[in-house]
Amino acid sequence: MSSDLKQELKEKIIEQLNLEDVTAAEIADNDPLFGDGLGLDSIDALELIVMLDKDYGIKLADPKEGRKIFESIDTMAAYIRASKA
Amino acid sequence: MENRYYIESFSHVNNGIVSVNGAPVFKTLETDFKSVMKLAYKQLIVDYPKFFKMDNLSKLGLLAAEVLLREEWEKNIAMVFSNRASSLDTDRGYQDSIKDATHYYPSPAVFVYTLANICMGEISIKHKIHSENCFFVMDEFSPETLSSYTEELMDENKAEKVLCGWVDVDNEKYDAFLYVVAKKGTFVHSDAEINRLYKTTHEQ
Repeated sequence: MSSDLKQELKEKIIEQLNLEDVTAAEIADNDPLFGDGLGLDSIDALELIVMLDKDYGIKLADPKEGRKIFESIDTMAAYIRASKA
Repeated sequence: MENRYYIESFSHVNNGIVSVNGAPVFKTLETDFKSVMKLAYKQLIVDYPKFFKMDNLSKLGLLAAEVLLREEWEKNIAMVFSNRASSLDTDRGYQDSIKDATHYYPSPAVFVYTLANICMGEISIKHKIHSENCFFVMDEFSPETLSSYTEELMDENKAEKVLCGWVDVDNEKYDAFLYVVAKKGTFVHSDAEINRLYKTTHEQ
């Protein structure tokens, strides 16, 4: 279930953020999503906040929380699981 | 009157063809905009994945500019662009994301492109250009409007060169014609010559 969620997140991120030539298999669960990892930017961070709301019904009360939540696929999956528990 | 300025080079993107100075540098039989841009990117731009995050207008403008600026060393290049549809192609997509109150998920990545001049910003970022820019929205290509503004910029020493032209996308119809105005060049910078080059490329 956990790895299903992580796989789903990878596929959604690739599609939502138009990451051309990146496959889900190339994203490790603990790869940094920003900076040297996938190289996402501040607009991508906003898109991820919208994605959490739209696809998982999770609203971030404080966008600054995103910094920790969006560190990696691992942290995103953990946050979604915890929010739904 | 003596001509003070010249057209150094020009590009055109239309009907699956990218050309420079009238000579095709890329051709495809694909007809849908997305496929044409993707194939042209792989051949002419290559290592700039941000391209795929851009809206259609920025992709078209960046591609038409890339073939003119990739070997350009001058950075004091102003931009004077024009089109008919402004950012309508993107505006419609954004409107779709907010029209339903129960599924109201405005996309930040789409919203940032709901202005036509963002296209010039993307070109500036790619080519590290810090300069004057202006985007005119008009019914049809108008050399007079662009040439007078361009010559004013150069007369006032606001720029060493000016990247000018027409970049228009709307509902899969796309058309770009860009040209670089400089103090030296192949073609005289006159309304008649700009019009001739614009029409020449359209007759290919």
